[in-house]
Amino acid sequence: MPPLAQRNLFHDKVRLTVTLTGIVFSVVLIVVQLGLFLGFTTATSNLIDHSGADLWITSKNVPYVEQGVAFSERKLNQVRAVPGVADAQKLIARWTQWKRHDGGQDSVQIVGINVDDPMERPWNLVQGSVEDLKSPDAVILDELYKQKLGVQGIGEVFEIGGHRARVVGFTRGIRSFTTSPYVFTTFKNAQNYTGLREDQTMFILVKVVPGATLEQVRRDLLNGVKDVEVFKTSEFSRMTTFYWMFTTGAGVAVLIAAVLGLVVGFVVVAQTIYATTVDHIREYGTLKAMGAPNSYVYKVIMKQAAIAAVLGYVLGMIVSVFVVHGSQKGGAAILMPPSMAVGMFFLTLLMCVGAALVSINKVTRIDPAMVFKG
Amino acid sequence: MESNMQSAITVQKLTKNYDEGATGTLALRGVDLDVHPGELLMLMGPSGSGKTTLLSIMGCILTATSGSVRVAGREVVGLSEKQLPALRLEHIGFVFQGFNLFPTLTAGENVELMLDLKGVSTAKAKRRSQELLEQVGLSEKYGAFPADLSGGQKQRVAIARALAGDPGIILADEPTAALDSHTGRNVMEMMSELAHRRQRAVVIVTHDSRVLNFADRIVRIEDGAIANRSEADKVPPGVLAHNLPQAASGLV
Repeated sequence: MPPLAQRNLFHDKVRLTVTLTGIVFSVVLIVVQLGLFLGFTTATSNLIDHSGADLWITSKNVPYVEQGVAFSERKLNQVRAVPGVADAQKLIARWTQWKRHDGGQDSVQIVGINVDDPMERPWNLVQGSVEDLKSPDAVILDELYKQKLGVQGIGEVFEIGGHRARVVGFTRGIRSFTTSPYVFTTFKNAQNYTGLREDQTMFILVKVVPGATLEQVRRDLLNGVKDVEVFKTSEFSRMTTFYWMFTTGAGVAVLIAAVLGLVVGFVVVAQTIYATTVDHIREYGTLKAMGAPNSYVYKVIMKQAAIAAVLGYVLGMIVSVFVVHGSQKGGAAILMPPSMAVGMFFLTLLMCVGAALVSINKVTRIDPAMVFKG
Repeated sequence: MESNMQSAITVQKLTKNYDEGATGTLALRGVDLDVHPGELLMLMGPSGSGKTTLLSIMGCILTATSGSVRVAGREVVGLSEKQLPALRLEHIGFVFQGFNLFPTLTAGENVELMLDLKGVSTAKAKRRSQELLEQVGLSEKYGAFPADLSGGQKQRVAIARALAGDPGIILADEPTAALDSHTGRNVMEMMSELAHRRQRAVVIVTHDSRVLNFADRIVRIEDGAIANRSEADKVPPGVLAHNLPQAASGLV
């Protein structure tokens, strides 16, 4: 077959530029909107997803991690006594106030952990180490929030909840959906910073023994420990995400933006591909008059759309990678996991081919007699 | 004109009514016409008389309201939308007033497109395309895009494309309208050659009085009906075959 599809696409450089710009715009728009949604979703459950625990134990009626309610840490021993529990550790996650050098205050979310336990340790450390938290009043926070909290570097001393805090390390990319930065510290320090009594905790994280049935251990914990809820980590993660994304309405806005991104992206691509097809409508009429079956014309149009999709996708992803990379230093992360990049390819192809199908409908209705109309 | 030979196209009691407005428009009213292989027939008439409608129906790209149309012996009225393109591809070549070349394809590729539709392999199509362009005197323009060709050259590429399908019938709509008189005459010589030396049935819709002397038969249509059947038979088929100019002798 003479290269009609390729030539139709590449012959008119201005039209090609417009077509590819439309597709690139759509790809970037969708990547940014879906990436933002993914970024926000991930941020809501960051703490839970990185805890390394199998089960989370909370007070009754705790709908999400930030809404934890303190309970007696005596329950820790009861938890450890339940068959199938390999490890159980206390955890505090609670809001308090960070006082800057200029006297201003900011809300932070204290995460109090057992430094010697692998569960719920700060991750992505770029300065300092988890072991540094063993020094007095030590805290680790994310470098994203340096400016917000007025932190210049390691060793600086601040006040949290009226108690001394010294910065010993920085993480990278641990965002909080609530914009209150996570501040990691020891369990003991966290009790001081958040005003919890010495015999209180807010969560107990559980690691089950290898081979144990998670559901069975969960049931045993509910039977053996009174007045608590036991959630699988994935379940608690979903609950927390659901709360922030849908109950507060904050996430709904992001979700709507993502859906709009998809719709607008599709519309732009559809218009672009449609206009490209309509540009050549007389030629398709000639083809039909010459005796080409509809399938032959469709093949040309689909091929044209597929080539445009591949080119638009490649260019769009190049731009997207820069945008995603640039967002890492901002407050709102745009995430683009490999699965999303692969999915975008098929989505772009689908959009272009779908748009081509719309224009094919137009071509199907071409009256071949149009070729005789001057 | 009466003839015992098999007609390339036979039209009987043909009517065409365009469903526009409350009453519609009757474009053709009971047209009868035969076109024979080796004949160059010209359809003439004022604008809106129905000649292009007739050409479109004979070319199987417009359906008749009633009557009968036989192309290469096959009744086409009642054929489905899927059957008509195959019939066009097999039997009919078109030459258009506006050339209708594909602007993004070279002259050679325009011809090859027709061969591709006929299922000819790429290598064979390329060879055949070069041969056809040579026959219309454009061998050196194989790689030229239509935008780089003159009007006459474009029309010659269009003729080469129409011939690529090896059709028994050539239908042309105002093929000389966009050409100067010299180029128009050149194109008509090729059309005449197709009819008389290659025994194609050639039907040309034209307003161009400069080319009337190439016609074997002239049919005048007015208000959707043939107006001068007696005059239509005045010029016997093949009358010009003996006087074909040298310029068209390459069409073999």
